[in-house]
Amino acid sequence: MKYIAIIILSLLSISIWAQTASEILQKIDDNMSSDNQIIESSMTIHGKRNSRTITSITYTVGTEKSFTEYLSPAREKGTKMLKLTDKLWIYSPSTDRTIQISGHMLRQSVMGSDMSYEDAMDDRKLSEVYEANIIGEETYEDKAVYVLELNATVNDIAYHSRKMWVDKQKFIPLKEELYAKSGQLLKQFTVSEVKKFNNRWYPTKMNYKDMLKQGKGTDMNVISIKFNQDIPEYIFTKAALKQ
Amino acid sequence: MIAIKLAYKNLVGAGLRTWLNVSVLSFAFVLMIFYNGMIEGWNRQARNDTQDWEIGQGQYWEPSFDRYDPYTYQDAHQVISEPIIQQIKKGLLTPILLVQANMYPQGRMQSVLLKGVDPKQNILKLPTSDLRFSSNETCAIIGKRLADENKLSVGDKVLVRWRDKNGMFDAIEIKIASIFKTDVPSVENGNMYLNIEVLQKMTGMTNEASILVAGKDSKLYDITNWDFKTPDFLLTDFDAMIQSKKAGGIIMSGLLLIIALLAIFDTQVLSIFRRQKEIGTYIAMGMTRSQVVGIFTVEGGAHSILAALVGAIYGIPLFIWLNKVGIPMAANSQDAGITIADTIYPYYSLDLIISSLLLVIISATIVSYMPARKIAKLKPTEALKGKIQ
Repeated sequence: MKYIAIIILSLLSISIWAQTASEILQKIDDNMSSDNQIIESSMTIHGKRNSRTITSITYTVGTEKSFTEYLSPAREKGTKMLKLTDKLWIYSPSTDRTIQISGHMLRQSVMGSDMSYEDAMDDRKLSEVYEANIIGEETYEDKAVYVLELNATVNDIAYHSRKMWVDKQKFIPLKEELYAKSGQLLKQFTVSEVKKFNNRWYPTKMNYKDMLKQGKGTDMNVISIKFNQDIPEYIFTKAALKQ
Repeated sequence: MIAIKLAYKNLVGAGLRTWLNVSVLSFAFVLMIFYNGMIEGWNRQARNDTQDWEIGQGQYWEPSFDRYDPYTYQDAHQVISEPIIQQIKKGLLTPILLVQANMYPQGRMQSVLLKGVDPKQNILKLPTSDLRFSSNETCAIIGKRLADENKLSVGDKVLVRWRDKNGMFDAIEIKIASIFKTDVPSVENGNMYLNIEVLQKMTGMTNEASILVAGKDSKLYDITNWDFKTPDFLLTDFDAMIQSKKAGGIIMSGLLLIIALLAIFDTQVLSIFRRQKEIGTYIAMGMTRSQVVGIFTVEGGAHSILAALVGAIYGIPLFIWLNKVGIPMAANSQDAGITIADTIYPYYSLDLIISSLLLVIISATIVSYMPARKIAKLKPTEALKGKIQ
């Protein structure tokens, strides 16, 4: 009788944990995703000898459409990037040409950063493509966190599994590790600052590191962010790239 | 006959002037054969090497595959049908699966094309048998150039990241089983060769291939859903480069030939000017003007025969020696992506020798005839007096 009670309790606790994990994932999605958003951000790319900072403004609608315009430095100013579902185009003002990025070029880094074009394109909600499990609770950077293990539920996703350290209060992943199918750690994402915008928390300072490459990774800094804005439809057209 | 005798006497009598003309002409002749022989030798070696290492007797491509468009690589693969499997088992075809990936030697990211090859194949010279005995580790063979660029040695491991057929990342360490050297840069540059079955498993592309390479004994025929590409098609770029090299050679040897022909032309003009009394005597003795023109033309043209003989005296031993030791090429010439052996062995065909010989003889005869035409206008009485006309 005692053993049956333990088994029932164990099963019950597993189901509670599973429900909690998916709830956490949903809360992360609620924080990170929106119908549309306009982000002005800076990206600091650390090279071997020096670092350079690129600022840009990105208009995003759902997970399908995204338009980025680079604002500085002068060398990159005017470069625009348009993503429509699984297609990506880049306009370079120096050549006045628009090229489609696909195939092996998607694996190349964005402006020399640790982020590839395909990383920038993968915008699906975590709860739609991953199944989460809580594997522990600990303290990370003086904050109480859930440690989540995410396993892909679909095949057409870049990373087979992820490990997340999620802030218990703000439901923002403060650290994230992205793994290959073989279990090889590929990328690491760390958040050093989180701010509240309206009623949601959003990471404003983060570092994105390709763990297979040497270097300090790429720092991302959110300068301003606006959610659920009225973004004109013409922005998400190839014609807008040349304007 | 008299024309030949006179030509011989006059040529020998002219002494140094004749030998200067002959030596310049013979140099042009030898250089023409040498350069064309070298290009032809390069062409033959490069074609053979490319066929042996890369293209076999032709390739069957998955219809959407385009070697010049890397965008097509991702989707250009299809299942190998049963009749093709039978051909592969007989050693008449060998499949290759192409997958784009990144490798990380010493923490640097570099694009690499993973090529799945059959370890048992004998169609290509690739040492694929080195992949046969791989243990639990995933092994690869790479070219010397890729190994040198990335400081990789046999037994080293390098991390490789790729996407499977659904786009999911995967990454493992791959052990270098062996390093090969070839004269065909496109076989070495950015390519890593794995056991095709291993690569199929890594990508989830079970029993799939991107291209099929035809062996020497394979009967070339249309295979449904595969586009056949002939060796000539696959070597189009190389042939175009050889043609441009040949054109460069024609300009170089043409310039040298023009210098030699100018010297013959000048010699002829001088001969006709200085030997007016002789011309007058020939006509006075009953020779027709055209016979006298013939004597002078043969005399000028005989320079080319002498040039061929002199060229043969030093050219034949030179060519035999070069054919034996070869012509060493610059060590970095393959870095430009051109298929070129470390040592080129020139190839002198009979066609090449005869065509060069005819070119020299005909052009020398024409330039000899042109000033000799003046003889037809000479008045024999004035010529006998040696008066300038």
